[in-house]
Amino acid sequence: MRKKEMMAMLLAGGQGSRLGVLTKNKAKPAVSFGGKYRIIDFPMSNCINSGVDTVGVLTQYQPLQLNRHIGTGIPWDLDRRYGGVTILAPHVKEGEEGYWYSGTANAIYQNIHFIDTYNPTYVLIISGDHIYKMNYDAMLDFHKKNGSDATIAVLEVPLEEACRFGIMNADEDDRIYEFEEKPENPKSNLASMGIYIFTWEMLRNALLEAHERHHDTDFGKHVIPMYLEFNKNIYAYRFSGYWKDVGTIESYWKANMDLIQTIPEFNLYEDFAKIYTSSEHQPPQYTGPFADIKVSLVSEGCEVYGAVYNSILGPDVKVAAGTVVRDSIIMEGCVIGENCVIERAIIDENCEIGRDVHIGVGENIPNRLKPHIYDTGITVIGEGSVVPDGVVIGKNAVVHGITECGDYDNMRLESGETLEMTGEV
Amino acid sequence: MRAVGIILAGGQNAKLKELTQVRATSAMPIGSSYRAIDFSLSNMANSGISKVAIITQYNSRSLHDHLNSSKWWGFGDKIGGMFVFSPFLTQSGNSWFRGTADSIYQNMAFLKRSNEPYVLIASGDCIYKMDYNTIIEYHMQKNADITVVCKDMKGMDVRNFGVVELDGEGRVVEFEEKPLEAFSDTISLGIYVIRRELLIELLETIIPEGRYDFVRDIVVRYRKKLNIMGFICDGYWASVNSVESYYNINMDFLRSDIRNSLFFQEPYIETKNKDEPPAKYNSNSQVKNSLIGSGSIIDGIVENSVLFRRVRIGEKAIVRDSIIMEGCEIGYGCIIENAILDKDVLLTANQVIRGSGDEPFIVKKNSAL
Repeated sequence: MRKKEMMAMLLAGGQGSRLGVLTKNKAKPAVSFGGKYRIIDFPMSNCINSGVDTVGVLTQYQPLQLNRHIGTGIPWDLDRRYGGVTILAPHVKEGEEGYWYSGTANAIYQNIHFIDTYNPTYVLIISGDHIYKMNYDAMLDFHKKNGSDATIAVLEVPLEEACRFGIMNADEDDRIYEFEEKPENPKSNLASMGIYIFTWEMLRNALLEAHERHHDTDFGKHVIPMYLEFNKNIYAYRFSGYWKDVGTIESYWKANMDLIQTIPEFNLYEDFAKIYTSSEHQPPQYTGPFADIKVSLVSEGCEVYGAVYNSILGPDVKVAAGTVVRDSIIMEGCVIGENCVIERAIIDENCEIGRDVHIGVGENIPNRLKPHIYDTGITVIGEGSVVPDGVVIGKNAVVHGITECGDYDNMRLESGETLEMTGEV
Repeated sequence: MRAVGIILAGGQNAKLKELTQVRATSAMPIGSSYRAIDFSLSNMANSGISKVAIITQYNSRSLHDHLNSSKWWGFGDKIGGMFVFSPFLTQSGNSWFRGTADSIYQNMAFLKRSNEPYVLIASGDCIYKMDYNTIIEYHMQKNADITVVCKDMKGMDVRNFGVVELDGEGRVVEFEEKPLEAFSDTISLGIYVIRRELLIELLETIIPEGRYDFVRDIVVRYRKKLNIMGFICDGYWASVNSVESYYNINMDFLRSDIRNSLFFQEPYIETKNKDEPPAKYNSNSQVKNSLIGSGSIIDGIVENSVLFRRVRIGEKAIVRDSIIMEGCEIGYGCIIENAILDKDVLLTANQVIRGSGDEPFIVKKNSAL
């Protein structure tokens, strides 16, 4: 039987509900990042850059955009005769009903037969939620060298923040003896990055056994504790590069802004380990005669006639003359009219903003409906929205849908208010 | 499939000076992210011509590098595909292509193994967007033997082109390559439709006679014997045939009407994906009226210029009215005006390069100053 030494299973089914309206119609891994990329491009590119050419992508929540983005895997060289990328959605099995993926390990459990077709020695489990570059092949070497049954990539975090992570307690050889999820009094600062290499034969048995005990098996909650219970060899693989979970509006915005620093900590401009993405068409980017762009990333196909400061523009964004965009993320295909002022906003794909629109004005009042999601002064305009001429929109406000002047109170949407149009967008 | 395509990309052009010492004219970088051949190749794909032969000869390495996969242009189908033909040796010796007709003749198997009724021939060094279907339809409707796509240049100096005179019905009655005195304003764009079997027949007649040029020995020589029709097109068209035209074509893309029609209206012109990150503007950048390629990092001043991919403009550097090709690095305080910097030029701090409006200064590929 043909064999793959290591294949990857990429968990991409999560909603990422703390990203609010950004994940209303698409899964978190499909959210744009850094102008031209989507979050899933980072783990996908890491795979091919590490020589992992067989990747199963597990989808569940709103997968359409993700499916279209991945296609047959051409941008990542994952269009293969043997291997390549396969999208794995929950499905009905013979003689029983279908089940949703009820946990990270359950999703792998439901695809045991898919993994078996490649007969791998090792399986890499990663998620589509994080921004980082990593060589999984080096991690595999570490796994083999230690004779591990499982290897977990860890990041050293400040001890005072350790209570927000899954913490690995390890001996001096980095062999893990204990795992604590969000501990109140952390004993170590080794945080799990959600990246695992398992020796497949043992994991396969563990998944079957764990399924007998729980029907919503999770790697952190069930599989890792089970390995520890049976005294298996689990090692912590220390990673020291840039790694960001972009799970909230604020962390998503900050991680984007990390890219515009003069010397960014996370560098996309290196010649090795490039990040690949699907770009349907890539005309050059034009900067007009009266434009002013500083400290910003501007993607292919943009036409900028106004001013753009400390911002990130996705592909094919048009910024008209007289407009100022500051501290904002404007995603693919947005058109911004003349004489607008846009500050500290995230404008999702294919929005149309009229003329003389002001976004991000007024007091920093948390969103009334979802104060835990929108509370850092960032205004979010959902995918495909239309904002009419002359409207003023406050901080922590949310607009989604095709809006007209009459939808606003006196042409204003105050800070912390939400305007979501029902119906299809 | 009504037609197969042939792109003639073997040409050399001495008027491009140093720029074509290292590459074929069809591989000339255009408009920040394209190469000249992308335009005819995309036109083929967008017109539903799924089987295309690209004939290369002169300095073909650069072109083969660009054409390393057919998937960028969507030619990966089982039916059809992209075929790149270079000169090769056979038992009977031989041979470089002795002319455009000879280059097709030497790859006759491509034509004989096809069963599409028509052949569309285009050159790889012209910049335009065209739906070839309209020409094939015109060709069929007029019962033409050969259709030549023409353009009225309206008073421009056309002595560098193939000049054509059409009669009232659109028939080509006169055709002269690079005439001393132009007899009309209409030129041939180097795009032809011909029935496949007729092309085979003509090639098998002329090559043994020692005639090797498609234009001179077929179109011009047979203009009275065959029904050769002219199809007038308008819209943007430019040929990369001199340093001046190369410079002007790139600067044309600073006009929004040309960008709109070539880049933003479907169907799109496709090119090889280089996976560069977005262009990065740092805190001292001042960019006006310029095209910036992806993967570039700008710290200085750029005006009225076209920058390709992965260009670095250092602090206090000034670039004006210039073309900076892929991978160039311009150091602190350099001044570059009216220049063309070929790929991967490295300029250390405070270098000054100035050409004139009539004659851009050319810096050769891989130069380090």
